[in-house]
Amino acid sequence: MSSGQDNAPTPSVPRGGAAPGEWGGEWEVVIGVEVHVQPKTLTKMFCGCGVAPLNAPPNTHVCEVCLGLPGVLPVPNRAAVEACLKTALALNCEIPRHTKFDRKNYMYPDLPKGYQISQYDLPMSINGFLEVGTRKVRIRRVHLEEDTGKLIHAGDKLHRAWESFVDLNRAGVPLMEIVSEPDLRSADEARDYAMELRTLLRTIGASEADMEKGQLRAEPNISIRRAGADELGVKTELKNINSFRALHRAILYEVDRQRQVVESGGAVVQETRGWSEAEQRTFSQRSKEFAEDYRYFPEPDLPPLELDRAWVEELRAALPELPSVRRARLLEQLPATHVAIIGADRELADLYETAVARGAPPASTANWIVNEVAPSGKLLSPESLAELMKLMHDGSVTRDQAREAYLEAVETGRTPAEIVAEHGYAQVSDESELRVIAEAVIDANPQAATDYRAGKKQAMQALMADLRKRAPQANPRVASELLLRLLA
Amino acid sequence: MPLSKDEVRHVAMLARLGLEPGDEDFYADQLSGILEHIDRLQQVDTDDIPPTAQVVEIASRLRDDEPRPSLTQEEALANAPASVDGFFRVPAIQEET
Repeated sequence: MSSGQDNAPTPSVPRGGAAPGEWGGEWEVVIGVEVHVQPKTLTKMFCGCGVAPLNAPPNTHVCEVCLGLPGVLPVPNRAAVEACLKTALALNCEIPRHTKFDRKNYMYPDLPKGYQISQYDLPMSINGFLEVGTRKVRIRRVHLEEDTGKLIHAGDKLHRAWESFVDLNRAGVPLMEIVSEPDLRSADEARDYAMELRTLLRTIGASEADMEKGQLRAEPNISIRRAGADELGVKTELKNINSFRALHRAILYEVDRQRQVVESGGAVVQETRGWSEAEQRTFSQRSKEFAEDYRYFPEPDLPPLELDRAWVEELRAALPELPSVRRARLLEQLPATHVAIIGADRELADLYETAVARGAPPASTANWIVNEVAPSGKLLSPESLAELMKLMHDGSVTRDQAREAYLEAVETGRTPAEIVAEHGYAQVSDESELRVIAEAVIDANPQAATDYRAGKKQAMQALMADLRKRAPQANPRVASELLLRLLA
Repeated sequence: MPLSKDEVRHVAMLARLGLEPGDEDFYADQLSGILEHIDRLQQVDTDDIPPTAQVVEIASRLRDDEPRPSLTQEEALANAPASVDGFFRVPAIQEET
């Protein structure tokens, strides 16, 4: 649930922000993002129920505690606290000594207790930042809470026979809430921020952060104001966003909607809006029933947490190299377009660096990872990749053969050298052998040969294509040199 | 200051309590009495007393991340007024659009 404004109430009326009408200038977009992340744990936040897989039958991972039955007491999960602390440290947050849990009260069937255990005024961490491109996004807080159950609505409008089905498998699953300050200025930046968070969370092992599995949920709050204004405009908060693409589109839509409202003389209403993937638009989810009146108070069932300094320092020291640091190092060796992909995924970066350490040529290895490994998601061992890259680099196999050997190596676990030997892939670099083929190609394509000699350089492509068809194993560099020489 | 009828209705709505006509005055009286009592407590000088959210003298009780058996689906639904296909069944809560 929303708590972006918990410790900094925002005005609900426009102050110098987006006054209606009369503004013909540029609008500045202001975005903050609240991200809920499911930390990697085996059990729920306050009880020993296992975290259910997505396809688990309903209400099979529930107990007296997460069902909110009387007479039970919650006990916090150490692994969830640890994941939250690691995340906070990686986000450069301060970790206060004292922290506590609070009750956020509201009646809704997804929450059997009638309240959610969350953190209000003493969160587990505050005042961090995350660098995204050139922007330093301030992090207001990272705290822990519990997830709610899942509701399925059924019924038909005609008979007004609505009812809802409740599955409480998710109720009580740990969630970290990461709240940014409104420091982002475009849909691109908000998406990049969320993606950077995902990379960070995966790198430190705090979460799998798979958006499509609901392990990372981003809720942007958006307002617009006149360029140059200091005051914030009235914001709306968007929910129900299930992918980075949806995040980007929802923000673009919402900014446009707000601009139209304001430019046509209206005022933006502070509200929660849902994103409809099917209709590609946001819609109001305003509801009197859901008025924000949570009556937070300290959770009486849980003693406060005193965060032991030695523990915090131990966790800080155990953090792996963070993505921003690694990216800076990769940028010294590789072009930015490659670093954007390799540096965004710890597995790819590990693969690249280990393969290069095993003697793989850096440029073609990076190329391979970007063009073959990243799109297919098929990882092979760094040793195998190094071997394959060396075979390709010294001209023993063509790129197409290397691709086949790569796919086979991933599938069978055998080494590329074995596969290459077995298939008899060995690139033909022998000039006398290739010369016969090159001459045949020129004979078979007299028009292309004439065109090339007349100065149409692109005619070479047709000749090379024919050559590759006749001799797939031809070393392309040697073959094209031969063609050039024969046509000279 | 006594609670207004509107405030009583609001609190009742938040707690999902149904009020009969005329109940507002009755509860406004009772709740106002409680608030007056709190106001009296507020007069105690607490300048030298640190804020306390908890009176038990323990802190940082954490549990290892080890799964324990959950209830069966039948047990979980045993007290439910209505259920279907393993789900709790509740009256409509979706807003009309």
